[in-house]
Amino acid sequence: MEMKGIIMDGISTSFNIKDTLLKLFDDNIGSLSEKDTPEIAEMRRKAIAVFARQGFPHTKLEKWRNTDLSKVLNHDFSFPMEPQTQDVNFEEIFRCDVPGFDTHMISQLNGCFIDRGKTLLQANTGVIACSMAEAFIRHKDHIINHFGKYASISDNGLTALNTAFARDGVFIYVPDNTEVEEIIQVVNLIHSEGDIFVQPRNLVILGRNSSLKLVQCDDSVDDNTGFINSVTEVVLSEGSRLDHYKLQNKNNRSALINNIYFHLEAGANLSTNAISLNGGLIRNEANVKLNGRGAHADILGVYLMDRNQHIDNQVFVDHAQPDCTSNELFKGILDDQASGVFNGHILVRQDAQRTNAYQNNKNILISDKAVIDTRPFLEIYADDVKCSHGATVGQLDSEAMFYLRSRGISMENARMLLMYAFAAEIVNRISIPRLKQRIDDLVKKRLRGELSICEQCVLHCSTKEQKVVFDIDMSKV
Amino acid sequence: MLSIKNLRVSISGKEILRGINLEVKPGEVHAIMGPNGTGKSTLASVISGRDIYDITEGEIIFKGKNLLEMSIEDRASEGIFLGFQYPVEIPGVSITNFMRTAINEQRKYHGLDPMPASEFLAKMEEKKQMLEIQAKLANRSVNEGFSGGEKKKNEIFQMAMLDPDLAILDETDSGLDIDALKIVANGVNKLRKPDNSFLVITHYQRLLDYIVPDIVHVLFDGRIVRSGGKELAVELEEKGYEWIKAEMD
Repeated sequence: MEMKGIIMDGISTSFNIKDTLLKLFDDNIGSLSEKDTPEIAEMRRKAIAVFARQGFPHTKLEKWRNTDLSKVLNHDFSFPMEPQTQDVNFEEIFRCDVPGFDTHMISQLNGCFIDRGKTLLQANTGVIACSMAEAFIRHKDHIINHFGKYASISDNGLTALNTAFARDGVFIYVPDNTEVEEIIQVVNLIHSEGDIFVQPRNLVILGRNSSLKLVQCDDSVDDNTGFINSVTEVVLSEGSRLDHYKLQNKNNRSALINNIYFHLEAGANLSTNAISLNGGLIRNEANVKLNGRGAHADILGVYLMDRNQHIDNQVFVDHAQPDCTSNELFKGILDDQASGVFNGHILVRQDAQRTNAYQNNKNILISDKAVIDTRPFLEIYADDVKCSHGATVGQLDSEAMFYLRSRGISMENARMLLMYAFAAEIVNRISIPRLKQRIDDLVKKRLRGELSICEQCVLHCSTKEQKVVFDIDMSKV
Repeated sequence: MLSIKNLRVSISGKEILRGINLEVKPGEVHAIMGPNGTGKSTLASVISGRDIYDITEGEIIFKGKNLLEMSIEDRASEGIFLGFQYPVEIPGVSITNFMRTAINEQRKYHGLDPMPASEFLAKMEEKKQMLEIQAKLANRSVNEGFSGGEKKKNEIFQMAMLDPDLAILDETDSGLDIDALKIVANGVNKLRKPDNSFLVITHYQRLLDYIVPDIVHVLFDGRIVRSGGKELAVELEEKGYEWIKAEMD
């Protein structure tokens, strides 16, 4: 059937999602704002106005030049406003077959928190892990103090859209001087009959000198088209410590926009690692504000893309205060017609003396048709600063290939070993041993072409382990 | 074992080897000496199958088979080993995994099942002891952060594990202090058997004090210009390569 094309914000689609969303907002403003404080109700109105003005980002915008949303938006989406739990066998989905990787698992289905009746071991010490919907009612103080304070709506139409519709997601609060012993794992599943557009909104608050290990998994359950516009705000109070992982293993028909805003106070320490194994279109935006002396952030990522997959990592590090350090390393392997983008923006403000910032993006292109657009952008206003950046794009080292093959290793396996070795630099930075082992396995599987899209969370992949020679780490025997 | 006839090789239109003839019999150790840039490393790479060269003429027959028609990995499985002058670092891959992969791929080539883990571990242990290699080396990533001496010892260790019929050692002595040199040479001597052969490429006679060759060849300007017994190496050391050059002119 010939459909009439609609020009929407410079994007040509058959469906005017923007108008649909604006109407959806008007129709639902009552229920959306039901639990709002006046400030948050006002924030929603401002946010929808920004979205009405800016719409979806298009390729004429500098930051979106190489990531085109028009195709992934060109669907007849449904926009769930209420949680659904129908026809999903959770026990099946969440079956855990990773020995020893015990986590406190929180599940979200189509952007909505699913209460599975599990309680955190440290709930009695004030640690909270609940739905945002619940937090809007029961933890109003935290919401008032932090919600929307870090995710800037003025310059990001997608964050504005998410803010306008913010209703559910995950809320985590760690009190001062508390070390959360359990690893909290958030599994975001998309499962629907048809094409679906979801907007989870998360808020994570770490009190002073607290610490948390957080793993966010993005998975698809079925093969339907999903557009996920996710926003997460993370506050690291003085001296707190967050070890954060994003695992992305989505179907090829999915688009995942993952905006995270980290706000670090003095002496806070962040390590965030984005591991993208599959996905039709993935855009990770990591915004890191170093807002107190001595704050430190490691921002890491590894991406393994093939077919027509597209990966886009945007990192913005804002050195707002003196004596902070940041360290960015993203490594990627692109095969077939896969495309990638890396934009690393480091801003060193005038007062941020003795800043030490490092940034690097290394890529291997396996095929002639794979492309990567990588650009560093340093914006420095202080004078006593150490900043360095680098970017490489290359093929597998021919000398190393010769070395491996000269030992009798086939070309195919030699390539795989070198790709694995390339990715290992990031995988080795995972500080949770069980998780590291699991990701290591997944990377190997991915490189062998065995991991397409798991039916389950990437951490609970049910694919049978296959013994392949180099898979056996004898050093552990 | 190895028979090279009138081998001519060029790279980017420049001829490096200009008619090499070489016969290596089982049990023999041949040394190839010569000044820098005369084609010694090219010869080693060409025998191993590195595909950046143009073979314009000649043949290489190994155990009756035409090597030039084989891939790099098939040559390795047929029993050729190259000890690299500059071993490559492979982060994230332990030597243990690397060797297990290599051994099992070579076994697969010969239609054998993978080596059982216990047998493999015992073999690792045996070779490590034989070559006086510390246990910790085997658990580290291949060559990553290794000193020059450690890299060369690791090459000899790999050779011991793969047990080749023909081992080509490309300037294995370069960058080694005398203690490391002795360990490497001892390793080679322990691996000498009546049915395997060595091609030792070196710039200096020093290594040949420890690995005593049966035949010494002098490679100069892409050709073997002189062959002789081990005394040729001593003569070269005394008179220098200028002596050969003068004779050539």
